[in-house]
Amino acid sequence: MNVPTMAEMMAQGKQPEVLFWVGSAGSYDDRAKKITRAFVKVLHAAKVDFAVLGTEESSTGDAAKRVGNEFLFQMQAMTNIEILNAYEVKNIVTCDPHSFNTLKNEYPSLGGKYNVTHHTQFIKKLIKDGRLKIDGKKFAQSRITFHDPCYLGRANDEFDAPRELIQQLNSQYMEMHRNKSNALCCGAGGAQMFKEPEKGDKDINVLRTEDALKTNPTIIATACPYCNTMMTDGVKATNKEDSVKVFDIVELIADAQGL
Amino acid sequence: MQYIPNILFAILLIVGIGFFVKNINKLRRNINLGKDIDRSDNKSERWRNMINIALGQSKMVRRPVSGLLHIIVYLGFIIINIEVLEIIIDGLFGTHRFLHSILGDGIYSFLIGTFEVLAILVLVSVIIFWIRRMIVRIPRFWNKEMKGFPKNDALYILYFEMVLMTLFLVMNATDTSFQQANVGNPISQFLAPLFNSFSAETVHLIERAAWWIHIAGILVFLNYLYYSKHLHILLAFPNTFYANLKPKGQFPNDATVTKEVQMMMDPNADPFAAPAEGAEEEVSEKFGASDVTDLNWVQLMNAYTCTECGRCTSVCPANQTGKELSPRAIMMKTRDRLEEVGKNIDSNGGTFKDDNKQLLNDYITPEELWACTTCNACVDECPVNIDPLSIIMDMRKYLVMEQSAAPQELNMMMTNIENNGAPWQYNQMDRLNWKDEE
Repeated sequence: MNVPTMAEMMAQGKQPEVLFWVGSAGSYDDRAKKITRAFVKVLHAAKVDFAVLGTEESSTGDAAKRVGNEFLFQMQAMTNIEILNAYEVKNIVTCDPHSFNTLKNEYPSLGGKYNVTHHTQFIKKLIKDGRLKIDGKKFAQSRITFHDPCYLGRANDEFDAPRELIQQLNSQYMEMHRNKSNALCCGAGGAQMFKEPEKGDKDINVLRTEDALKTNPTIIATACPYCNTMMTDGVKATNKEDSVKVFDIVELIADAQGL
Repeated sequence: MQYIPNILFAILLIVGIGFFVKNINKLRRNINLGKDIDRSDNKSERWRNMINIALGQSKMVRRPVSGLLHIIVYLGFIIINIEVLEIIIDGLFGTHRFLHSILGDGIYSFLIGTFEVLAILVLVSVIIFWIRRMIVRIPRFWNKEMKGFPKNDALYILYFEMVLMTLFLVMNATDTSFQQANVGNPISQFLAPLFNSFSAETVHLIERAAWWIHIAGILVFLNYLYYSKHLHILLAFPNTFYANLKPKGQFPNDATVTKEVQMMMDPNADPFAAPAEGAEEEVSEKFGASDVTDLNWVQLMNAYTCTECGRCTSVCPANQTGKELSPRAIMMKTRDRLEEVGKNIDSNGGTFKDDNKQLLNDYITPEELWACTTCNACVDECPVNIDPLSIIMDMRKYLVMEQSAAPQELNMMMTNIENNGAPWQYNQMDRLNWKDEE
């Protein structure tokens, strides 16, 4: 895949239109890497001039901050800000709502002021600007439901962009009974992703997957690599992996285009 | 002799209001034990929030049944209390239905008639509330933090309202001259015949008794507020005004930490330089919160505002899956500890004497704190914009930054971020490998 880095761009004296912030999950997690590649395909299809930081990217520190380690968070943030500012980055897009939230809301007061968008918002704009057209034929027979990531939805009030993209797929769309600001968390936030849950009578991701399964979907769409893991595990735990697939919205869009 | 009732009334009023003022002062003192936080920005948005959310009850109706019933009780409470004005004037000056004489039949009839209709609606609503709690047993009223006083507190308030509304209607029904005038008695006219078999004297006695118990009841209720979960009727207003306006996902950045990190990253900084004057205080400041006095005053006001409705807990993913965490319990425990600290200060001549207790561990356990997914459902759900998540985060900060007491897996995750810039143990040099992996 042709994925230019900021360092390469700079060597050529170029400034890309947007920096793609890949995030730790998108860089290392096998499932999330597919989402990353799908987004790159969409960027290529829309002829977006983008670059990544590559090995110069480091954890945003979001997980550290949610654990309560303000020191580690700010160390990470300021290291990243130094690099981003050195490259004079103005626009950032990311597939991870957690990176999106912290870059957009928590970096500015530390000296990192960028125009940050989530990939669902970014793709919505590509379509609106006529740079990307979506062929929805492939999903005409699908039944799709959408799980709102907390850090995109409740945390930043973005409920519409992912829904508008799914609508482009011409599939049957069903809302779960708890949706938008009432959506139930997948269970990964607040650094729960990296630890075993506390003692309880159920796992949160199973409860949320049950919400999704009540709509009788063929596809559970998400817009967050962590939600994706949690919902995929939930589908496995409920023995539905043969009939229900979990995809990020950008994977559906890339697939619809045959990318 | 004829002035005895007036004097008695004045004494009752002064004692009732006096104690109330004393409680309010205590409330202010306790809330001010919290740290300072600046919420003086965006005045117009703050006013708008207060008008929409507190005055307009906009978040209550997210649950239509309880929302509608609550609006009836709320309107009843505000509007019927206009009647208290008349009661006070009558009580102090020995007049009878003073407003009738100055407003005339038309307006007075409309006013009291409205009160009566509202009173019966409130009575019905409160009975439905009781049924929801005690017969339907809606789960959020039966969580484990709702045992003992919190459960009874809610019931006492409902009984109080039932009795007050009944007294108001009985008072009107037994007011013979009021019934004869036949203005503003759309409900009480149907109750009046119940007293037909009594002598005129007895009916008058019942009217006086209802009148006195009604006003005394209001004053008792006013003073019960401070001890109950019912302070929201006052505090919902400042609470919505001073609530966080930033995106819910934005957690505040600690300025002390920023200074330290900037020092560390500044190649010109001299690590052995003597600290600047006055810098010592900053160094000794503790990170996060282990007790109520480490929280800010908005968080403490949140604790007093909480009316324990449990909407937060009912939407909490951790609580729904049987974890120890309940956002409502976080608020209740914060208030309980704050009350304890307040009493400690009162009984030790104005200064806090160490009691070997704190909010952390003695009230809120790390198990509760670590179960939170920071999903903001509780914050979003609260009808009066209470923020339990901010307390959870401040306490996590204390556990991690002061005690290094995070769960082992999270310590490993943080070590990974420190060493290789990702929560997992991967080499930073492999960060772009994904592009060639298909």
